[in-house]
Amino acid sequence: MQAYTKHQSIAALMRRSNVDTDQIIPKQFLKKVERSGFGQHLFHDWRFNEDGSDNKDFELNKAAFKGAKILVVGDNFGCGSSREHAPWAIEDYGFNTIISTSYADIFYNNCFKNSILPIVATKDQLDRLMDEIDANEGVSFTIDLENQQIITPAGNGFKFEVDAFRKDNLSKGLDDIGLTLEQSASIDKYEEKHKQNFPWLWT
Amino acid sequence: MKKTMYEKIWDSHFVVEAAGQAPLLYVDRHLMHEVTSPQAFEGLRNANRKVRNPHSILATMDHCVPTKNRNLPIADPIAKKQIETMADNCKENDLNLYDMKNPNNGVIHIVVPEHGFVPPGMIVVCGDSHTATHGAFGALAFGIGTSEVEHVMATQTLPQKKSKTMLIQIDGELSKYASAKDIALAITGKIGTAGGTGHVIEYAGEAISKLSMEGRMTLCNMAIEAGARAGLVAPDQKTYDYLKGREFVPSGENWDKALAYWKTLPSDHGAKYDTTIILKAADIEPQVTWGTSPEQVTGVNNIIPAPEDFDDKIKSQACKDALNYMGLKAHTKITDIAVDLIFIGSCTNGRIEDFRIAADITKGTKVADNVTAIAVPGSYHVKKQAEDEGLDKIFTEAGWEWREPGCSMCLAMNGDELTAGQRSASTSNRNFEGRQGKGGRTHLVSPAMAAAAASAGHFVDIRNL
Ligand code: SF4
Repeated sequence: MQAYTKHQSIAALMRRSNVDTDQIIPKQFLKKVERSGFGQHLFHDWRFNEDGSDNKDFELNKAAFKGAKILVVGDNFGCGSSREHAPWAIEDYGFNTIISTSYADIFYNNCFKNSILPIVATKDQLDRLMDEIDANEGVSFTIDLENQQIITPAGNGFKFEVDAFRKDNLSKGLDDIGLTLEQSASIDKYEEKHKQNFPWLWT
Repeated sequence: MKKTMYEKIWDSHFVVEAAGQAPLLYVDRHLMHEVTSPQAFEGLRNANRKVRNPHSILATMDHCVPTKNRNLPIADPIAKKQIETMADNCKENDLNLYDMKNPNNGVIHIVVPEHGFVPPGMIVVCGDSHTATHGAFGALAFGIGTSEVEHVMATQTLPQKKSKTMLIQIDGELSKYASAKDIALAITGKIGTAGGTGHVIEYAGEAISKLSMEGRMTLCNMAIEAGARAGLVAPDQKTYDYLKGREFVPSGENWDKALAYWKTLPSDHGAKYDTTIILKAADIEPQVTWGTSPEQVTGVNNIIPAPEDFDDKIKSQACKDALNYMGLKAHTKITDIAVDLIFIGSCTNGRIEDFRIAADITKGTKVADNVTAIAVPGSYHVKKQAEDEGLDKIFTEAGWEWREPGCSMCLAMNGDELTAGQRSASTSNRNFEGRQGKGGRTHLVSPAMAAAAASAGHFVDIRNL
């Protein structure tokens, strides 16, 4: 997994709440058996017109947001299904940071497995970031994971919370499975006990 | 210390907490379908890792499978490849798969309980958010992403943060024709789709104890629509009676041991929850969603709200967008909404009880002009049982289509879908934009409400039938 490092990047704005995974990556694209290539379908039904041309009214199609790595979006982002195709599409499109007030649990977990940092802001903090982008489309924010800080030109940045282990794994690009396998001895030991406590699962 | 059921299951599955890492929990059962697993198998292969415990896994094919002409090859080449990949992966890793031709095939969350694969007190995961269904048995069941599917296959564990606990207590008795689905929708309407975020919900109270196992599955299934990771109902005599004799359920001495353990699971009297919500069952009317989020829902006798009715700016905008997408006017009566298509099925409402109640209402009626009605059993077992009871005849005589099992129009991946502008009354769980087909308009309801709308051509208050 790619390590997440401090960066400065354009922040794109979507003033929408409850954006669900069916919008992030519509189901017609879930039939692939590969992990790559989902970015071209991100927000497909909003992003493209019937004839396949860009929908000019869709936020991410604005020229000012081209190349954005940061997505600023309304409450409860990523609700709905568990499909990891959603963060795959977001990451493949080019985003590595999302800022919202809340995320659906499974989506939030999935982000960290895909080198994406989902930052939780208060409503007030988010409103101010949104207003700053509105006033200055194409503005760049700095995301400093190590110091858990967002810095913006107009001074609307803030400190954010993130679990220590998630931060560590993300910033080092660690493989979760590899980390867990280091605990194999404990897993073996637990499993022995499990066989005694719940023998009916092992017949 | 007094513990909730969630805490008891957590404690009995805690493996280790390494410095600087999240606690590892042991996973007993792992469910799979074709959509969220291929990349996990690929990851395993690439890292040269093996499935740690193949017998903890049960897999079906459900999302992409056709619900008619099953004997023909799947027309969509990409779906076909996904189905074949699933079969290959299961074969290569020696996993128990109920493929399309297997008499046990069906939607994963319908099939698993039919075989008693998820006993109480266990941890169950699946690359599918509606895994929450199995909480009906008092198991901690939750959806995971594909990376986590790979993680569980390789290690039989998952790093987890402890969730908060929420008690939702439904006092008293439900009114006639109000169902588990209506409870689930009413809860989502009350707490919102983010209301349960970070929580595991435990459902309790008289109305919950009185629900059948099928009803409890419907309710827990939709815990995710209220934002919760999982839903739980304490196991009781109904649970044990349901499980007894099923394929994966222990017998003899192991049954006694299992039963003794299951009886220790219910939350201790006086255990503390982070949040408690108490509702009166009698207040729960048959529900109908009017928007594009399950929280945009109201009772059948109400009117659709207007954007001005919401103080919250974002909610007000969401209402405006939803009405626009749904092609509805504010303050329209719910019973004045005409529908084009009726769908009964999905892991929410594709069980035998759902078809029984729908058939009861359908009997002797005719599907209204210009309405298409399809009934899709959740599994071959449901299909067979319904046919043995003659329910299929009731539907077909009324003008319904009686299909083969699968997810079908719940997410419209298999070709069963709404066309733009078409409006459905659907017993599934999500009314997101495009969920049932691009431009399709979904109203979530119970099976009884769906059946009544089929003959009337619009929503009706089933309590007046
Ligand atoms: S029926 Fe619908 S919600 Fe259930 S597993 Fe299938 S697609 Fe998912």
